[in-house]
Amino acid sequence: MASSLKISGLEVAYGRTDAVRGIDIDVPAGRVVCLIGANGAGKTSTMRAISGLKRPRAGRILLDGADIVGMKPHQIAALGLLQVPEGRQVFAELSIADNLALGAYLVRDAAEQARRLESVLARFPRLRERLGQAAGSLSGGEQQMLALGRALMGGPKVLLLDEPSMGLAPLFVDEIFAIVSDLKREGTTILLVEQNASAALEVSDDAYVLENGRIVLSGQASDVAENPSVAAAYLGG
Amino acid sequence: MLAQQMVNGVLLGATYALFALGFTLIFGVLRVINLTYGFYFSAGAFIALYLTRVLGLNIVLALPLGTIAAGLVAVAMDSLLLPRLRHRRTAELDSLMVTLGAVLALYSIMTAWLGPDIRRFPPGTISADALEILGVRLTAAEGLILLASFVLVAALMALMKFTRLGLAIRALAEKPDAAGLMGINVPATSRIVSFLSGALAGAGGILIGLNFNAIQPYMGESMMLRGFVVIIVGGMGDSRGALVAGLALGIIEVLTAGYIDSGLKETVAFAILVVVLWTRPQGLFGRAVGQRA
Repeated sequence: MASSLKISGLEVAYGRTDAVRGIDIDVPAGRVVCLIGANGAGKTSTMRAISGLKRPRAGRILLDGADIVGMKPHQIAALGLLQVPEGRQVFAELSIADNLALGAYLVRDAAEQARRLESVLARFPRLRERLGQAAGSLSGGEQQMLALGRALMGGPKVLLLDEPSMGLAPLFVDEIFAIVSDLKREGTTILLVEQNASAALEVSDDAYVLENGRIVLSGQASDVAENPSVAAAYLGG
Repeated sequence: MLAQQMVNGVLLGATYALFALGFTLIFGVLRVINLTYGFYFSAGAFIALYLTRVLGLNIVLALPLGTIAAGLVAVAMDSLLLPRLRHRRTAELDSLMVTLGAVLALYSIMTAWLGPDIRRFPPGTISADALEILGVRLTAAEGLILLASFVLVAALMALMKFTRLGLAIRALAEKPDAAGLMGINVPATSRIVSFLSGALAGAGGILIGLNFNAIQPYMGESMMLRGFVVIIVGGMGDSRGALVAGLALGIIEVLTAGYIDSGLKETVAFAILVVVLWTRPQGLFGRAVGQRA
């Protein structure tokens, strides 16, 4: 079920600006790995490269050992590498039900779709009462729940979470990380990109610290959390 | 007299609505102003003319075949012109200029090839019989126009609302990148949108050709002016707005011609456009495009 993701020598550039300068990240099956770093460190560029929205300049991205570089976003999604993009990107004009249906766009079996919808609604009961409403009417935190639920509808083999706590009220941040822990317990492979380093390190097995497009530190999340420079730069002392 | 005028207005308006629906669809989904759209209108009419004149097909067959063929022409042209424009920051302005150049070239080629003269469907293409109900005359051609417009509009609405493809198109219209992440094949779905819009234009061309029994290469151009009025008044990218505004424009034109002066019908149409742009630039029904993004 769960798959592994391995990134090696990844470089992403926009024109003459290098956003990612040759990074290696290893996300073994069933583990939660976080990528932390400041704004502009290259986190979102890395995510866009993995999901096929941005073609990398160099490097390999291996899903269960097979290189996916050069594939289109819909082909990558079809392999079960599913992303909850930065800023949630829910379809605001469509209903919550339609958003969830789009998450299962590649699931042709109606019975399987219904099963997944039931499990997503069990996880996010708030969405159930509002299935017919436009997604744009939800609060930021609820939209994040919807974006997560939408990705889960696709049955992710590897789940990419890009800044899931960004701009959310503290209560929702806690809720999001509680869900990430649940997914981890269930054995989902997750690559988590976060500015909220303390919460991310707490929930992750392994961690990578990205600065100016390079990995400056990596290791077990608990070790990274104790590193003095990380503590000073990302954990508020 | 008024009843007859209203029927004629609805007839004309139904084809305007059909035409504008395809124009607003391609704008709403692909975010480009596609001026080659008018060419698909002319192309549909000429293909149907060829099918009836040269191959001797019945109009009931020539209408759907011409519609499909116009859709395929649109797929070919749009695939050539639009993909490299869509991702530019000024996609709307760039697409306006590129497709303006392209459409003028297309009309010129068509005129050089087929000549500028007005062509007509062969006699007997459609029965000349007319139905008279309560003093209102409806010819067989007019009945076909009403039926075809209604069926095509209803089919498009149902497709968008109830099918998996429609859901994909609506997702693509709102957030192309996120649609790709859902597993939607964005380039292929865009081509389907081109097909649907070109088919609507082509059907409009065939129906207008039947209504006035006059077909010539530049017929799409005067239609585009009306298409602009309809989609701006209805709200760019808003299909229900396009339907209502299209019908209204047809009725207004016929009533103006009937009760005021037939030379004034375009004046009235454009006066409405100017007033709407002054007072409600987002259209009577739509929200501003900037707010949709």
